[in-house]
Amino acid sequence: MSIAFQAKGMIGDLTLDIAFQSEGRLTALFGPSGAGKSTIVNIIAGLLRPKQAKVTVDGTVLTDTAAGIGVPTHKRRIGYVFQEARLFPHLSVKGNLLYGRFFSGGDGRSLEEVTALLGLDHLLDRGVGRLSGGERQRVAIGRALLAAPRLLLLDEPLSSLDEARKQEVMPYLERIRDEAGLPIVYVSHSIAEVARLATSVVLVERGHVLAAGPASEILSRIDLAVAEEAETGALVEGRIAAHEAETGLTVLETPAGDLRVPRLNRPQGASVRARIRARDVMIATKKPQGLSALNILPGTVTEIGQPHGPVIEIALQCGEARLVARLTRHSVDALGLKPGRKIYAVVKSIAFDPEATTGAPDGKTAAKTAAAS
Amino acid sequence: MLTLTPEELTAIGLSLKVASWAMLASLPLAVAVALVLGRCRFFGRAILNALVLLPLVLPPVVTGYGLLLLFGRNGLIGHWLAENLGLVFAFRWTGAALAAAVMGFPLMVRAIQLSVEGLDRGLEQAASTLGANRFLVFLTVTLPLIAPGIIAGAILCFARAMGEFGATITFVSNIPGETQTLPTLIYSLTQVPGGDAAALRLTLISVTISLTALFASEAVARHIGERVKRQ
Repeated sequence: MSIAFQAKGMIGDLTLDIAFQSEGRLTALFGPSGAGKSTIVNIIAGLLRPKQAKVTVDGTVLTDTAAGIGVPTHKRRIGYVFQEARLFPHLSVKGNLLYGRFFSGGDGRSLEEVTALLGLDHLLDRGVGRLSGGERQRVAIGRALLAAPRLLLLDEPLSSLDEARKQEVMPYLERIRDEAGLPIVYVSHSIAEVARLATSVVLVERGHVLAAGPASEILSRIDLAVAEEAETGALVEGRIAAHEAETGLTVLETPAGDLRVPRLNRPQGASVRARIRARDVMIATKKPQGLSALNILPGTVTEIGQPHGPVIEIALQCGEARLVARLTRHSVDALGLKPGRKIYAVVKSIAFDPEATTGAPDGKTAAKTAAAS
Repeated sequence: MLTLTPEELTAIGLSLKVASWAMLASLPLAVAVALVLGRCRFFGRAILNALVLLPLVLPPVVTGYGLLLLFGRNGLIGHWLAENLGLVFAFRWTGAALAAAVMGFPLMVRAIQLSVEGLDRGLEQAASTLGANRFLVFLTVTLPLIAPGIIAGAILCFARAMGEFGATITFVSNIPGETQTLPTLIYSLTQVPGGDAAALRLTLISVTISLTALFASEAVARHIGERVKRQ
C-alpha cells in the first residue's frame, strides 16, 4: 500500500506545488476549503491533468508528464466517492452498485460481500431518489468498491450530511479501512473525522504541503495550522485492559500510561484510539493530592508554542506518547513551564466522550507518510 | 363527412411518411449538434447556432427556394447526390421530407440542448472512474439522461413536419401522390369551388394528429423526467 504524488502548476486560480508519499492505510488530506485537496484527488483520478505531475500507486505509474504517461481515467482503477455521491438517477441501487463491476470484468468483491459490508441488502431494489443522505454515500462507496479499485478516493464524503447521518456512515468507513485491504485517500476539513479515521495525515494549505506523517504525530504538533482549528489534541492508541464493573469505567493501556475512561462498548483486548483534546489537559508541577480527576500522567514539557492572545499550547511527552495542553499564558508564566520541566498532566475521565474514543486501525499503525521534497 | 377519398387518404399517408422520415433521419445529427452547442465553447459557435436556428426565422418560402438552389437537379449538392448516390430530392417525396426536416431541426436541437445543459457532468466523470470509456459513458449515462429532451424534441419535430407547407410547396411543388401532403392538399382544396367541406374535414384531421403528437410528447417527457429525477 503506497502512494506517491507530485504535482506543480496553476489549476484554476490555485498555484499548486504538492509532493507527498504515504504508506498509510487511510491517508487524510487535511486542510481548509480551497487548499487544493480536491484538486489533488482529481489529479490522482486522472480527471485533472496539470502540466507537471507524477502519480504512482503501489508501484504503478498512472501519471508521469515527464515521461508522457497519462493513463485515462477509466483504465486507472481508482475508486472515487464524490462529496455529492453522484449516483446514477436512472438506475436502481443495484444498478448503481453493479455499474463499475460490469466494466472491471467482475473480478474482485462480490455484490453480497459489499452489501453486507455496507449494510445495503434492504436497499437493493430501491430507486436512488428514495435514499437518505447517509444511504446515498454508502451506495456510492459500495459502487466504487465493486469496480475492483487499487485505491479508494473519498472527497469529503460526510460534509453534506448532518451530524446524525455522519455518525451513521462513520463506522462503515472504519470497517472499510480495516477490512477492505486497499489504501484510502480521504479528503476532509474536519479535525474530528481525521482524528477518528486517519492513519496518516497530509496537511495542505494554499496548494502546499505543510506537514505529512503519521496521524498521531501531525495532529499533536503545536506549531501547525491544525492548532488554530480550536480543537488541537493528541491521538493515543491503546487497548482495553479491563472493564471495572463497580465504577463503570474502562481502563485503557496506552503509551501515555493507563487511562480511565467511561465504559466503552468493546471487548477486552480491543484496540482503541482516544483523542485527548488540548483544552481537556491540566498541568501540575507536583503530583496532585485530593483531586477528582482520575488520570494523572507524569511527563516532561517538550515545547512551548507561540501564544495566540492569552492562550498558549505546550507539547508534552508522557511515557511514549505526545500530548498537547492548552493553557493561559498566565499559568505558563506562574508555573515557570519551559522545555525539560517535569510535570503531571491531568485529564478528567469525563473528557473522553464517545466522540473522542473509537476503534483503532488494526495491525501496524505506525505508517510511513512523508512530505517529499 | 367521415369517408375520405383515395386522394385524401394518400395525402394523409404521405404526410405521416414524410414526417416520420424527417424526424428519424435528422435525429442523430440533432443529438450531435445539441451536444456540441450545449457543451463546447469554440470559435464559430455563434455561427453554428445561427445556422441551426435560421429556418425558424426565415420566411419558409425562402428556405424552400434555398433548398431548390442547393438540392434541385442542377443544384450544387443535388446534382452531386443524383450523380453519385442516385438520391434525388427535387419534386419527390424525399424532397418533402428534407424540407420538413430542415424546418423541424431547430425545434429538435433546442429541446435536446436544454437536456444537455441540465445534465450533471459529474455523473459522466463518476462513470469514467468506474471504468467506462467515453463511448460507453455516452451510451449508459449521457443518452439515458437526455432521453426526455430527445423524445420531446423528436415529437416536436414530427408535429412541425406534419404541418410544413411553405418550404415544401416551394421546393417540391404539390404533386398528388408524390409530394402532396395534408397541408398542400388543404391548400389546393381551398383554391377550387366546392372544396370547402373536404378542406374542413382534413383540417380537423390535421388538428387531431398534431394535438396527439403534442400530448404524447408531454406525457413521455414527463414520465421519463420523473424516473430520472427521483434523486
